[in-house]
Amino acid sequence: MERARQYALSGYLIALADDELILGHRDSEWTGHAPILEEDIAFANLALDEIGHAKLWYELGADLLGQDKTTYPDRLVYFREPAQFRNMQLVELPKGDWAFSTLRQYLFDAFEALRLEALSQSSYTPLAEIAARIRTEELYHLRHSQAWVPRLGLGTEESHARMQAALDALWPYAQGLAAPLPGEQDLHAAGIVPSSAALFERWSGEVSQFLVEAGLQVELRSPLADMHRSSHSEHLPALIHDLQSVARLDPEAIW
Amino acid sequence: MVMLHMHTDVGAGSRRPSEPEIWAALSEVPDPEMPIVNLVELGIVRAAAWEGDVLAVTITPTFAACPAYEVIGSSIRQRLQAAGVPQVEVRVQHSPAWTTEWMTEAARSKLQAAGLAPPPRHQGDLIQVLMEPVACPRCGSHNTTLQNNFGTTPCRMIYTCVDCKEPFEMFKPL
Repeated sequence: MERARQYALSGYLIALADDELILGHRDSEWTGHAPILEEDIAFANLALDEIGHAKLWYELGADLLGQDKTTYPDRLVYFREPAQFRNMQLVELPKGDWAFSTLRQYLFDAFEALRLEALSQSSYTPLAEIAARIRTEELYHLRHSQAWVPRLGLGTEESHARMQAALDALWPYAQGLAAPLPGEQDLHAAGIVPSSAALFERWSGEVSQFLVEAGLQVELRSPLADMHRSSHSEHLPALIHDLQSVARLDPEAIW
Repeated sequence: MVMLHMHTDVGAGSRRPSEPEIWAALSEVPDPEMPIVNLVELGIVRAAAWEGDVLAVTITPTFAACPAYEVIGSSIRQRLQAAGVPQVEVRVQHSPAWTTEWMTEAARSKLQAAGLAPPPRHQGDLIQVLMEPVACPRCGSHNTTLQNNFGTTPCRMIYTCVDCKEPFEMFKPL
C-alpha cells in the first residue's frame, strides 16, 4: 500500500478506535451501578470488549504509521487532547439512565454489525481479518441490546416513557453515523472500507422498523448541525480528563 | 548488508529440548482463568519455532480483550525456561482469529466435568447454534434458559437449568 493511503487508513482506524474507546468508557461507568446484577456483569463485559476492540484498531493504525504498536496506542489514548479525538458525539454523551445507555448501545451495535460485515470483506487483508474477529464478538453485544429494546419499549409505562425519551435525545446524534470517517472517500474508492452513507441507509431502514415494533415512535428530526468528527460536545473534555488523570500523573510510569 | 552471526556458547551437557518436549511442556501450562484446561488443548498456541537460540511461541488470544494473555505469556516463558529453553519470545497473533472449534475434545470433557458447559460445535454458523438448546452440565437436561449473554469472564455466558434449578455457565461459541 502506498504511503499516503497507509496514512489515510491509519486515520480512519484511529477514529473507529476512538468510538470504541469512548463507548467502552461510558459502558464502564455502569460497573457497580447497573439496576440489576446481570446488567452490571453485561455492561462491564461490554466495556471490556469495546476497549479491547479499540486496542486492535489502534495497533493496526500504529503499524500503518510505522509506529511501535506496543506503545503507540497508549500515547494516543492517554496523551492526546480532547480536541484530537475523532469519535462521534453519540458515544461521548453521558451515560444517562439505563434506558439511554441500552438504546445507545443498540443503535451503535446495529450499525457496527453492518460496518464490520463490510470491513471483513476489505481488500486490505489485515483489516479484514481483524474485522472478522471483532464481528463474532459483537454478535453477543447486539443479541444483548436487541433483546432489551422491545422489553423496555413494550414493558411498563415507565420503561416505555424512558425509552421514548432516550430515543428522542439520541436520534439526532445517531444521524452522525452517516458522516464519513477520516479519509473514507479515497479508501472506499480503493475497496478498503465501505461507504458510511450507504451503510446508514440500510441501518436506518432496519433500525427504524425494529424501534417501531418495540412500540417506539421514530420522528424525523433534523440531524445535528455539525456531525464532523472533529467537533465534540462539552461532555468529552471531562471524560478525557477522567480517563487520562492517572496516566498523566506520571507519564513515564510502567504498568 | 553485513550479516552478523552470533554464536552463543551453550554449556557442555546442555541441549535444546526437542519439539515433543517443548509441546509437552506447553501442555503443562494451565489457562489462568480455567486451570483445569491447558493452553494447548484450548487451542491458543499456534506455533513454537526456533529462531537461532530463541524459541518463538505464537499465541492467539481467545477474545480480543482477554485480560489473561499477559499472564499466559509469562507462564509460557517460565515453563519453557524450566524445560531448558534459553530464551523464549511470546508473540501475539490475532489472525486467523481463534475459534472454539480449535478446542480439543479432551478440553471439552474437562470443562463439562467441572460444571462449565463446553462451547457447542458450530462450523461457522454461530447464529444457528445459539438458537439450539443447551444441556445442563450437572443433570443433562435440555430444559435450560439463557440468563445473560455475558458472564464472569469475556468467554462465558450464563444459563439456568429449569429442572435442577441451578445456574451454570457455558463457554461462548466463537
